[in-house]
Amino acid sequence: MKRQVTGLVLLLVLVAFIVLGMHLTHPFGYPDASDMDDYMIENSQEETGSNNVVAAVLFDYRGLDTLGEATILFTAVTGVLLLLRLSKRKEKIS
Amino acid sequence: MMEHVPLDFPFIAAALLMGVSLYIIIFKKNLIKLIMGIAMLAAGVNLFLVALGYRAGGGAPIYTGVPKETMVMPVPQALTLTSIVINVAVLALMLTMVIRIYRHTGSLDSEKSRKLKG
Amino acid sequence: MLTKIVRTVSNGFIPIIVIFGLYIIAHGHLTPGGGFQGGAVVVSGVVMLLVAFNSQELKKSLRERILSIMESSGALIFIGLAFAGIGTVFFYNLLVGSSIFGGIPPTGPNIGDIWTGGVIPLMNFAVGLKVIAGLTAVVLAIALFSGGEEVEE
Repeated sequence: MKRQVTGLVLLLVLVAFIVLGMHLTHPFGYPDASDMDDYMIENSQEETGSNNVVAAVLFDYRGLDTLGEATILFTAVTGVLLLLRLSKRKEKIS
Repeated sequence: MMEHVPLDFPFIAAALLMGVSLYIIIFKKNLIKLIMGIAMLAAGVNLFLVALGYRAGGGAPIYTGVPKETMVMPVPQALTLTSIVINVAVLALMLTMVIRIYRHTGSLDSEKSRKLKG
Repeated sequence: MLTKIVRTVSNGFIPIIVIFGLYIIAHGHLTPGGGFQGGAVVVSGVVMLLVAFNSQELKKSLRERILSIMESSGALIFIGLAFAGIGTVFFYNLLVGSSIFGGIPPTGPNIGDIWTGGVIPLMNFAVGLKVIAGLTAVVLAIALFSGGEEVEE
């Protein structure tokens, strides 16, 4: 019982600390430094030729992140198919 | 009506999600509850990442269709997409490990699967 | 296996869901969406088929070799397109201004033409193929492991 009360008090302290830390970064809705995003919004239609700025950022300006993510997807699928193999060796050994 | 928000509601929601999921991860013993706590932590972090790039009175950063005066920042949305896919992959691997542990030891308690002997 | 009504309705719904997912993948450079989102929609249609039918029945339709070939070719097309513009820099958009997918939209909000975007629609297609094949294999493997207990070939 005492562990749960201590846990709840620590949870409230942690939530208050996180909210204070997030508010001091910038208040919600008014970011400070946005030079890179302004450049991408201005020049994405003539350099990449697509209307969707998020797709242009994902595949053209920051394509290496998408390459790393595709690698992670491939590795996870290989790992899952390796762990869930049905055993068919019992009849061959004995 | 979303011009001047005196209280940062998305930040409070993201902080609550992170705090509750940390409580679940520390104090609970069932393996499925631990996995649910990790998924909730991922949801809180994604919400915080999208809420960082909001400009007051802005619209979606797509040029097709209805024009707006300002657009929100597009880079945090691209980072959140990558984060969601990585969380799906890690969650799939965790669930298959729980399936194998259940086949091997026969219970879903994290205290019973501590023996390192096969 | 569920009842006959559920099986018939699932058989009628699955072409609509697959076409909707492919529409989201193909228009990735004009509307919100892209490769990952459209792949998730198609996989949710496959999960609907898995719930309506037995997992052993689905294993006869989706062979393992086709899924493996689809995923590997998706990854190879992605890396091949990234290496194609190696003359300037890695990941260079070399199809802007040429004849296949090069067309530059007018500045400001416009209706949107599908023959724009450079190398982005081809990359969307490769990533969509990879996501569909990978997640279908994972879902099918988990369902088969928990369902059938006998050893098989």
